[in-house]
Amino acid sequence: MTIEQTEQQIIEEFSIFEDWLDKYNYLIECGKDVPLIDARYKTNNYLISGCQSRVWLHADFIDGKVYFTADSDAVITKGIIYLLIRVLSGRRPDEIIGASLAFLEVIGLKEHLSPTRSNGLLSMVKQMKLYAQVFKLKMSN
Amino acid sequence: METLPAFRAETIRNDFPALHQKVYNKPLVYLDNAATTQKPSVVIQRLSDYYANENCNIHRGVHYLSQQATAAFEQARAVTARFIGAQKAHEVIFTKGTTESINLMADSLGRLLMKNGGSVLITGMEHHANLIPWQQLCLQHQGKLLVTRLNEKGEIDLDHFAELLKQGPVIAAFAHISNALGTISPVAEMIRLAHDAGVPVLIDGAQSIAHCPVDVTELDCDFFVFSGHKVYAPMGVGVLYGKEEWLLKMPPYQFGGEMVDQVSFEKTSFNDLPFKFEAGTPNVGAVLGLETALNYLNRIGVAAVGAYEHSLIEHALAKLSAIDGLRVVGQAAQRASVISFLIGDSHPYDGGTLLDKMGFAVRTGHHCAQPVMDIFGVPGTIRASIAMYNTFDEVDRLCEAVQRCATMLT
Repeated sequence: MTIEQTEQQIIEEFSIFEDWLDKYNYLIECGKDVPLIDARYKTNNYLISGCQSRVWLHADFIDGKVYFTADSDAVITKGIIYLLIRVLSGRRPDEIIGASLAFLEVIGLKEHLSPTRSNGLLSMVKQMKLYAQVFKLKMSN
Repeated sequence: METLPAFRAETIRNDFPALHQKVYNKPLVYLDNAATTQKPSVVIQRLSDYYANENCNIHRGVHYLSQQATAAFEQARAVTARFIGAQKAHEVIFTKGTTESINLMADSLGRLLMKNGGSVLITGMEHHANLIPWQQLCLQHQGKLLVTRLNEKGEIDLDHFAELLKQGPVIAAFAHISNALGTISPVAEMIRLAHDAGVPVLIDGAQSIAHCPVDVTELDCDFFVFSGHKVYAPMGVGVLYGKEEWLLKMPPYQFGGEMVDQVSFEKTSFNDLPFKFEAGTPNVGAVLGLETALNYLNRIGVAAVGAYEHSLIEHALAKLSAIDGLRVVGQAAQRASVISFLIGDSHPYDGGTLLDKMGFAVRTGHHCAQPVMDIFGVPGTIRASIAMYNTFDEVDRLCEAVQRCATMLT
């Protein structure tokens, strides 16, 4: 499945919710399926400080593809992490770098990536793309 | 005995246009009053009138508009002085807000009194605005910031306060009401203790000015600071009240127009109080808005507001505490204005996000009081803060919504 196809799938999943709270209930459930970061990486070195909620992110590069693991101390943040990882994990660096993540706007969760939310998610997306760029550079060397 | 008319929050609400709106298609319940209060129509109208008809730079203008604006500005000062019980209008200095008032104090009083190795006394529940200016002053003088301990309920440890006073701080600066916990500090007792030790006192009234009557003369505090926007007035205006004897001795904070007497290239002599501390063009419109807001609040009566809000807070505390797993952070016996809480072990960001979606404006985070959060060992809290226009019905709806969050998050 391409990034766009995965995004489309998520959009369809969220389209059944009419009420905000049902959507957030689903998001909280999603958070339980985040591929968790290994305990030894859950340190300040891997912490993306967001002031309000904290996010830890790690990436592995296997056979030309990037695999993310993460965690957060807030469950709604974690639900969005799940979506981001579902879309971006297991992809080639170029795919990750070029991803627009437009689906977040369609499902009405884009506000969580606003710089004013200070929940670490915007920095997390930047960090995911940065990982991809570093791995791409490594690959070309 | 005269009986006051029943306090009618429902009627007062009608004066506040911003309260009558929907967010996410749900009626807004505004419970972020400790951050800023909404403005009544009379204040909005006052700003509009000023800019439509009266706008002018004040003081020293010989022309009609300038004289009118100057008179209005100085009348606002007199009204503000009366509101806080100051004896003299020129003891009221207009600033941008509480933060600027305290920075002025740390700078000016610091230059007057602070010596190498000196100290400043605060408490463990200060807003960053009443912590960092003093901390930096101490750092500049290789001095020491003395911090009064809190007990487990989030109240001042008075014995520790008295003990720290013995170290001879240049000033004791503390909040009247904690913005993070809602604790009302025993300020009268603290002022007495400080004065017995020969230490002047600054009270941070940012959270008390809209919630309880303040009389600086009766309190005998040396300084009292607050922000207009937390008492139904516009943003961009604040107050530094200081006893005349102190303000006369203190050096100016900023330099520029208006605050001078004679200027040559060699030297400058400074203007009298209060102008010595008001360099540059002040926020005239906001000052007039402040006057209108204080007059408006006076008509309702701050004491009546305090009594009503007290019953509202008690009601909210009782109902919230009944929710399974809910933790109220800060259990002071004397409290006002704010309730900080956590839902089970969930992160405050989660609860705040869900409450937002249900139409509740609450704040999450450390409320610019990180050391307070450290004392209680929490990353932050959800904070609901009330004002005189909040109703029992709104509090009931908040409790239902929090119950719903608890079901989702725990």
